[in-house]
Amino acid sequence: MSFNLSLSADQESIAELFDGFFTNEAPATVARAAEPLGFDRELWDKVIELGAPGMGSNAEVGGGGATFSDLVVVAESLGRAIAPIPLVDHLAALSVVSDADLVSGEAIAAVAVRPADAAGIWRLVPAGAVADVIVGVDGDETVAVRSTPPMAGPLNHASAPLADRSAREGIRTVLGPASLFEGVIDRWQVLSASALTGIADAARILGVAYVKEREQFGVPIGSFQSVQHGLADLPVAVDGSRLLTHKAAWALEAGVGGVLDWQYNDINDGRTLATMAFLFAADSALMATDRSLHYHGGYGFAEEYDIQMYYRRARGWSFIYEDPSKVCLDLADRLFGKAGG
Amino acid sequence: MDFSLSPEVLEFRDEMRSIIGEFVTPDVIDLMHTSGVFNAEELNLELGRRGILERAVPGLGKGDPIEMFVMFNELEKAGAPYDGIAVALMIAAVVNKLGTEEQKARILPGIVAGRELVCMGYSEPDYGSDIASIKTRAVCDGDEWTINGAKMWTTMAQKAKWVILLTRTDLDVPKHKGLTMFILPMDTPGITVDPVHTLGTEVTNATYYDDVRVGDEAVLGEVNGGWRTMTTVLAFERGVMGGSNAAMPLLRHFHDWAAANGVLNDSITRERLARSIIDMQVAALLTMRSAWIAASGGLPGLEGSMTKVFAAEAYQRASAWTQSSSGPAGLLQFHQEGAAGDGFVEYDARHSPVVTIYGGTTEINRNNIAERHLGLPKSR
Repeated sequence: MSFNLSLSADQESIAELFDGFFTNEAPATVARAAEPLGFDRELWDKVIELGAPGMGSNAEVGGGGATFSDLVVVAESLGRAIAPIPLVDHLAALSVVSDADLVSGEAIAAVAVRPADAAGIWRLVPAGAVADVIVGVDGDETVAVRSTPPMAGPLNHASAPLADRSAREGIRTVLGPASLFEGVIDRWQVLSASALTGIADAARILGVAYVKEREQFGVPIGSFQSVQHGLADLPVAVDGSRLLTHKAAWALEAGVGGVLDWQYNDINDGRTLATMAFLFAADSALMATDRSLHYHGGYGFAEEYDIQMYYRRARGWSFIYEDPSKVCLDLADRLFGKAGG
Repeated sequence: MDFSLSPEVLEFRDEMRSIIGEFVTPDVIDLMHTSGVFNAEELNLELGRRGILERAVPGLGKGDPIEMFVMFNELEKAGAPYDGIAVALMIAAVVNKLGTEEQKARILPGIVAGRELVCMGYSEPDYGSDIASIKTRAVCDGDEWTINGAKMWTTMAQKAKWVILLTRTDLDVPKHKGLTMFILPMDTPGITVDPVHTLGTEVTNATYYDDVRVGDEAVLGEVNGGWRTMTTVLAFERGVMGGSNAAMPLLRHFHDWAAANGVLNDSITRERLARSIIDMQVAALLTMRSAWIAASGGLPGLEGSMTKVFAAEAYQRASAWTQSSSGPAGLLQFHQEGAAGDGFVEYDARHSPVVTIYGGTTEINRNNIAERHLGLPKSR
């Protein structure tokens, strides 16, 4: 086997299945109706029927045994639909937990992307408002804590189900040392990158459709070169982001510790690529939603139009982790060694 | 997706690295910057001797575009003078795809041996992006053609054995339909070459064609089918043959200078450098996709436009921030004491503007993407 940049036949089927599913079951009206909490239990129940929550888990625990790259394909479909279900978080968490009710999807898992504070609280956990089990770092341990979700959280930019959660109250299982969590966050970054790629792609689709339809000066505004050139960057960002995200998934599947020779642009290390993909996908989604909203003119600013929902989620899904500049500095430490060192 | 290179390709890459180690010495790179000729004769001959050039031409020999990608990517990352051989192989691919058996037998051996270069005569003093409007005329009289006109930016014309020449052969049809491509020896009587010196060091040329007489053997592709030949050339040019990781030598030299001078401790510089390295990964992946499409028998015209827009602007971003992060040291040229990145910072700030111009401007490439990918109406 060597070098192939198309999706596998299985992945083509998965993409078709989930794109079709989200188009039918989660049009933008569903995301809109789920605001402000950002969770639609009915939609979650429907993805359970598809076997999505446990699709990446091993067959021995009742999972679907799909590859990580397969999950990446699903995450992109989810992003394109901004579907109000925490599948990215759940799938990332299930790389280290395999309780039967999580694999089936009856219960939901999420990832506390930042370590618990001194008081043992994970702040602003993505999907923290709705998840039954939170996987995260507390002190020097990676733990899973099962407790009752609040089903409410602070009102936020992305209408995401964010909430603070305790790392100590509830049924607390130690999964391993804090370093175990690195693999979870790598997967969360790559799945998030794919969902953000989906957002960027949706922004392209919405923007292009709008400029073909909207007329000014007697012609579609999409016939103006300045508009065309602004939109022409979107498919480039989407394709670049998708390729880098799939490369990161491929590297993670191959195992950590690949080649990392940036001086000759030879980078096969999964962790490094995961962070790169997350940063590039975030940039792509921010740019694409910004451009698309702008070319909608005043209507893009109106709540009634869908592009504003994508605009807010591009930011929400990117910044919930950390200031991208800080993420980039962590990447720099890995590439060049620590500053002053 | 599978991003692993086969053992054969990895072996090929190692071979390229060892050839580069031997033939792309600091002296060779220095000569490129003092002479303005981005070509290394000994390197070309070695690549020819080992059969690498033949193997890298799509459709010829082994013809694996992934190898072609690896070859140019390695040369580019090393900062090697490869413009001459890149153009020659690009044209070899077109001759192989569209040429007659006689043309292939006559033209290809010298190119794949690394002995002979080709220059490209498309642009004219008055026609660049609007290339289909060119005025250079080729008139047929019996079995002889007479060519008259002028071409701009015919880089390597002073060294090349061949010129590939876009001409107008029919004035009575729409502009795209009256073009014919020729390939003829540069020593054909009636051709003159005038050097044009550029901001980016590389010397290019204006070339003039006065009653240049050739036979039908010089017609490449169909008479009045020159536009198809042109689009084939451009699909190979944009992205597949180099031009995707142009910032790598700069980033390497800048990094070493910045590390030695404490500049690398600055968090703004660290973030910028990390982001440029992400850009280089993405540019390489987009290029590999074009190569992979070519390897699968396709013609990556649209994908080439996408790759070129991204890669060219990524290089320009890198050259802009490295120069500003270097402060006054980023103004100093090669061999000047204290020059940032051994002078590459200053050089790339002069060289990078050309990449959004040659091989199709970013405006033309964005037009392509808007029309062919997004399905928006023609805007001109």
